[in-house]
Amino acid sequence: MTPSDLLITASPHLSARDSTPKIMWNVVLSLVPVLGAACYFFGVSALLVTAGAVLGAVVTEAAFGQRGTLWDGSAAITGLLLALTLPPGLPMWMAFVGGAFGIGAGKLVFGGLGQNIFNPALLGRAFLQAAFPVALTTWPVPAGSFWHLKGDNLALPFASPHVVDVVTGATPLGLMKFDHAGTELWKLVLGVTGGSLGETSGLVILLCGAYLAARNYLNWRTPVSIFITVFVFAQALHAISPARYADGMFMLFSGGLMLGAVFMATDLVTSPVTHLGCWIFGLGIGVLVVVIRIWGGLAEGVMYAILLMNALVPFINRATQPRIFGHVQTEKAA
Amino acid sequence: MRLTYFRHGVHPPELKQLTAEVKIRRMPYPSEIIIPLRQHTGKPARAIVRAGDRVERGDKVAEASGPMSVPMHASAAGTVRDVALWAHPDGTRSPAVIIDVDPNSPQPQRPRMVPEWQGLSPEQLVEAIRQAGVVGLGGAAFPTHIKLSPPKDAKIDTLLINGAECEPYLTTDHRSMVEYPERVHLGIRIMMRILGVSRAIVGVEENKPDAIAALRAAAPQDNHVTIQSMRVKYPQGAEKMLIKSLLGREVPSGKLPMHVGVIVQNVASVATIAEVFETGLPLVERIVTVTGPGVRRPSNLIVPVGTKTRDLLEACGGLTPDAREIVFGGPMMGAAEADLDAPVIKGTTGVVVLTHAEVKPQASYPCVHCGHCLDACPVFLNPQLLGGLARMERYEEMEQNHLADCMLCGSCSYTCPSNIPLSQLFALAKAALKKLKAA
Repeated sequence: MTPSDLLITASPHLSARDSTPKIMWNVVLSLVPVLGAACYFFGVSALLVTAGAVLGAVVTEAAFGQRGTLWDGSAAITGLLLALTLPPGLPMWMAFVGGAFGIGAGKLVFGGLGQNIFNPALLGRAFLQAAFPVALTTWPVPAGSFWHLKGDNLALPFASPHVVDVVTGATPLGLMKFDHAGTELWKLVLGVTGGSLGETSGLVILLCGAYLAARNYLNWRTPVSIFITVFVFAQALHAISPARYADGMFMLFSGGLMLGAVFMATDLVTSPVTHLGCWIFGLGIGVLVVVIRIWGGLAEGVMYAILLMNALVPFINRATQPRIFGHVQTEKAA
Repeated sequence: MRLTYFRHGVHPPELKQLTAEVKIRRMPYPSEIIIPLRQHTGKPARAIVRAGDRVERGDKVAEASGPMSVPMHASAAGTVRDVALWAHPDGTRSPAVIIDVDPNSPQPQRPRMVPEWQGLSPEQLVEAIRQAGVVGLGGAAFPTHIKLSPPKDAKIDTLLINGAECEPYLTTDHRSMVEYPERVHLGIRIMMRILGVSRAIVGVEENKPDAIAALRAAAPQDNHVTIQSMRVKYPQGAEKMLIKSLLGREVPSGKLPMHVGVIVQNVASVATIAEVFETGLPLVERIVTVTGPGVRRPSNLIVPVGTKTRDLLEACGGLTPDAREIVFGGPMMGAAEADLDAPVIKGTTGVVVLTHAEVKPQASYPCVHCGHCLDACPVFLNPQLLGGLARMERYEEMEQNHLADCMLCGSCSYTCPSNIPLSQLFALAKAALKKLKAA
C-alpha cells in the first residue's frame, strides 16, 4: 500500500442504498400489475397501446435526451403512465405521438430529468386529447377474447381507422354526468367498466401504491389528501342533493382518480418536497377534480386538476418550508 | 422512560460489531512522535522546546497562546529532533514538535504533575484541566476549560454527558464506558463540582446495552446521575440534537448549549479528566478505534498522541490489499487522509479504513425532488434548495436560506438517491462565504 493508491473523497463515506434509477425502476415494476389488470380487461389492445406510448417516450429520450439518461427509467415511466390514461382502442401511432410529445415537450425542453414543471405523461395526454378528441373519447367495454382488438390499434398514421366490431359505451363518469346514471361500486373497485387502460381497477392501483409508499418511493400524504378531499367534498354535495350529485365512494373509484392520485400526483419531480406541501397539493387537486367533474364541461377532471396544481408546486414549496431548528426562540428573544 | 427524541436524522448501518467486543489494549511506543501545535479549536500552542532537547513523557513541549488555547505535552520520552512543518490530519502541513522516541526508555510513570482534585476550588480545577491540555475528545477538540467556565450570568442546571457515539464503526466511547465506568463517574463528579450543578445525565444509544449496564452498576449513591438509554439515530451525538433528545430543549440558532442551561461533554473527555487527576499525567494518550474492512486486526487502542497513521495501522496488523481510503473520524463526518505520516491528534476518535467495495464511485443523477433530504436534515433546512443554489454559486441566497444552521452532519448526502454531494457543496459554500466576508 502506497499513498498513491489511497483515495480522497468528501464525507459522508457511506450512502443509503437507494438510487434514483432504482426508485424509477421500482415505479415501473409497480405499474406491471396495473398493466396486467388492463390486459385482463382489454386483451391484446392494452399491450399494443402501451407499446406505442412507451416506444414514443423511450425513442424520444434516446434521440434527444442527454447521454445515458435512457437507463434511469424515467422515460419508461412516462410512457407507461401515459398508456394507462389512454382508451384501449386507440391506434398505436397516436399513443406513440403522445409519448414522444410528453417526453419532448414535457420534459426535455425543460432540461431533462428533474427540471420539468408538469407531469410529462399528463402533458402527453393533454396534447392527444386536443389533437384527436374523438379517438380519445371512444370507450370500448371490457368484453371478448384476449386477441380481440378493442379498436383499430394497428391503423396507419393519419389513415381513417377501420370500423372495428366492438361494443363501446360511456364511462361511469360519462353516464353519471350526461345521463345521471350510477354504476355499482363493486364494478368500479374491481374495474369491470369502460374506460382507459388504467382507469379500471382501483384495487390493483391502491395495492401497487401501498408498495411504493412502504418503500418511501412516493409521499403517501399526496394521495391520502386527494382521497379525503374528494370524498368529503363529493359526499357533502351528495348530502345536499343525492339525485344530482354522486356519492363520495363513486367519485373515488370512478375515472382516473386512483391512477392520478397514486401515480401521477406523486411524481417526485412535479410534486412538492415538503409534507405540508403534499397535503395542500392534494387538497387543491381534490377540489379541482370535483369542481371540473361536476361543474365543468368534461366528464373527467383529474388530468387538468393535476396539471394546474403542478404549476403551483414551486409556490407551495416556498410557502411550506418547515421551521428551522432553534429559530422560534431567536425571534422571541429579538 | 421514552424520550422526546430529536426529529429527522438518518439510520446508517451501525457496523460497530468489528470492535464492539474488542478490549482496549495499549499499542507499543512508535519510534517517532509528531505533536502538531494545532490540535484544538482556537489558537495553536507555542513551542517551548528546541532541537536536541531531552523530554520525558508528560513534559510540556508547547505553551498555550492566549485563553482559547491549551498546552501540548510529550507523549513519550525521547529527544526533540525538530520543530517543523509536518503533515496534519486536516490535509495541510502545520508546525509540529517532532520527537525521536528513546527506544531504551521504560516510559516511566513520573511524579504527579497534575494536583490531586479533592482539595481544589472550581477555579483551580479548571486551571489544572487546562494545564493538562484537555480538549473535547469527541472530535471537535474544543478546549474543555472554556466549556467549564460559562459566564457568570449563564444559569447552568444540567450537565449532559454525550455517550451517543452515533457515528458508524466507532467504539471508542463505547469501550471507555464498558471498561472505565468508574472513571466516567469520577469525571462527572469533578465536572459537577466545577459547574455547581446537582444533576447530570449520561445519554447512551441503546445499541450499547453493556455500556449502559456498566455505568449503572458503577453509579455512586451520593451523586444525582441518570444513565439514559436513547433510541439509535444519527446525528444524535451532535450537541443540539442530544439536548433535544434528553431534555426536550431547543438551543436557539447561533447560540450555545449554555443558553438553555446545559453543558455537554463527551464521555471520553469526562473519562480523560478523571484519568488526568488519577494518574497525575497530562493528556498524552487517548483511545482510538482502528477499524473498517480494510484493516487486518480491528482494535480499540490506547495511542500516544502524535503516533503516525502508519505506526497505528501497523499495530493493527496493517492494511488489507483492497484497502482504498483511510478516514479520520467516523464515516459520516470524518475526513479522508492520504498521508500515512499524519499523526493521531487529541481529537482523533477513530481511524476507519474502507475498501474498494465501499468507496467505488457511484453515478450522480439530477435532483428529482424526492424530498428525502428535507426529511433527513436534523435542523430542518431545505438541502434540495440549498444544493441547487450552491451549484449556481449563489452563496448569499444560501445564507438567506439559513446555511449557517447547517452543521455538515452529512445526513442529506447520505440519503440522496441521486448521489448529489450536498454536504460537500455546503462546506464549500461556507468557506466561500467566509472568504467573501473577509474581503
